[in-house]
Amino acid sequence: MNTPIQAALAAVGAAVVVVGGMLLAVTERPPIDGIQRGFRGSGLVQLYNPRFLADKEAENVIPASLPRLPAAGAKAGVVYKNVQVLKDVSVGNFTRLMASMSTWVAPQVGCAYCHDVNNMASDALYTKVVARRMIQMVQHINSDWKTHVAETGVVCYTCHRGNPVPKNIWFADPGPEGTPGYTPAVGKNHPATVAGITALPLDPFTPFLLGDQNIRVQPTEALPGTDNSSIKQTEWTYSLMMNFSQSLGVNCDYCHNSRAFRDWDQSPPQRATAWYGIRMVRDLNNNYLVPLTPVFPASRLGPLGDGPKVYCATCHNGVYKPLFGISMAKDFPELTTVSK
Amino acid sequence: MPEFQNVFTRVQVKGPSHIGVELPRGSWERTGKPFHLYLLGLIGDAQIGPIYLGFSGIASAICGFIAFEIIGLNFLASVNWSPAQFVRQLFWLGLEPPAPAYGLHIPPLAEGGWWGIAGFFLTASILLWWVRMYRRAAALGLGSHTAWAFASAIWLYLVLGFIRPLLMGCWCESVPFGIFPHLDWTAAFSLRYGNLFYNPFHMLSIAFLYGSAVIFAMHGGTVLATTRFGSEREVEQIVDRGTAGERAALFWRWTMGFNATFESIHRWGWWFAVLVTLTGGIGILLTGTVVDNWYLWGVKHGIAAPWPNVFPPVVDPLTLATGVGK
Repeated sequence: MNTPIQAALAAVGAAVVVVGGMLLAVTERPPIDGIQRGFRGSGLVQLYNPRFLADKEAENVIPASLPRLPAAGAKAGVVYKNVQVLKDVSVGNFTRLMASMSTWVAPQVGCAYCHDVNNMASDALYTKVVARRMIQMVQHINSDWKTHVAETGVVCYTCHRGNPVPKNIWFADPGPEGTPGYTPAVGKNHPATVAGITALPLDPFTPFLLGDQNIRVQPTEALPGTDNSSIKQTEWTYSLMMNFSQSLGVNCDYCHNSRAFRDWDQSPPQRATAWYGIRMVRDLNNNYLVPLTPVFPASRLGPLGDGPKVYCATCHNGVYKPLFGISMAKDFPELTTVSK
Repeated sequence: MPEFQNVFTRVQVKGPSHIGVELPRGSWERTGKPFHLYLLGLIGDAQIGPIYLGFSGIASAICGFIAFEIIGLNFLASVNWSPAQFVRQLFWLGLEPPAPAYGLHIPPLAEGGWWGIAGFFLTASILLWWVRMYRRAAALGLGSHTAWAFASAIWLYLVLGFIRPLLMGCWCESVPFGIFPHLDWTAAFSLRYGNLFYNPFHMLSIAFLYGSAVIFAMHGGTVLATTRFGSEREVEQIVDRGTAGERAALFWRWTMGFNATFESIHRWGWWFAVLVTLTGGIGILLTGTVVDNWYLWGVKHGIAAPWPNVFPPVVDPLTLATGVGK
């Protein structure tokens, strides 16, 4: 009687140890450093693990910029054919930017990643058409979105980091379809890697960073009657905010006083920067990335046929300021103003 | 002579199986031949069975099984009947209540109808189990304390899944089934209603919850520490206080100036446990129906202290006419 049951109990015990071990394995090993930001005792603390911080620093070393040449001599638009964006840049600095771009974006293939090397002026490769639009996008960010990027600005490397396609991009993801007749595909209740591996919505990007759905779900009045936001809607906002948190490697209270998330009076100033960031990302996705969709070959598109799009992590790469706030754009003034 | 005075029981009494007292007329037979398990004897009674099934017990088990199956099969359907994905994603899978558009109407099966049926059978199962608990206690001539304590937990369950959604006019306000989905829901609930920590009934519930743990530890510790003087016969000591009870009382009077008695400590424990879910249920019931933002309610009533602002002033950019929002 006893032996099989004892064996079963032992098996259950072993299973508990295995599951417990797995749960522990996905948690973070100490030490954790806490950095106080808010008023003492209010728990507004940023948490960092020094082990990961060292990795992050190593990942965010900026490459040396090529020496800038005097802005003298003939203009690129005169010397080269089919220059549409950087016409007024001197030939020397134009070449310098092209060389920099090849190391930032396509260090393995080099010039040939975008150019037909027998005819550099040709637009035959789709990558060249995309790259031209991306230069315009960088100029637009640096000149029109100073509310978010300030004077630090961005260059190709901010997102690309030596990869032809930046590591962190997104495609529409409605989640698994499920089986007709059963629980509907509600876009959540599967591991959401973009939202801290929660069961929250899998794609907070489409409604908030492509569309402009309302993110604010907390009532502004103590008593009911003014706010119809649902708990389900809140889960979408929650997913977006989890994504911000992991995109920047920060806690909620980097931007919010977590006792009253909605209250701007108690918020750290970073929240306003993030607010402009949300508008910037919507602008970039709608006016730069989505219109490029027909240019991309099918292999660059998402499972639903939509093109690659940007979110916070595309530039931030898990760091509160991309490249820890070191400005590369200051060495490339042709990227900080919109070309006429 | 075995000693009984440690955190881990070192005494396991072996004897013939105990079949139980005579049952009142109309009761079912207890079923199953009792047997003993040494391992279970380490944490409780080594005897397993006989078990009393009864109408309410069987009906509860059937309803519970139906609910479990509906939830599990919907989980399985959401991963296209893949057993491997079912195991891998089990903690994440969920069965959601209907969308807000359905209000209190009955939605199609695939739009929350399954959720409603699962909820109905789970509720039936829980209520039938309550009946079983009450009637088994009565059959043994016990008081109904356990049943009423369970009823307090059922109150919180019903408020969350039934009463509050009714008052809010929307099934969508209810809780999804699923391990992580219901946890995410809990956090989203607090976010939507402006921070549940400023809900006084939530505060009470937490105080009783933590208090229950403290009282349980204090009582368990006291009894274990005085068993060498006979305090495991604590019910006798209620009316005939012996040296165990005297010493325990003296210990607490020395350490904190006051002591519960061997009689009253059980009332302390029972009420603390019962009040966890009783106050918690009231707190949930008031959320969204009477108060929409608990933090702002706390500010209004002076329970949310203002903090010195250490950040430079921040203004909602939406209210600025910078034109940059586009």
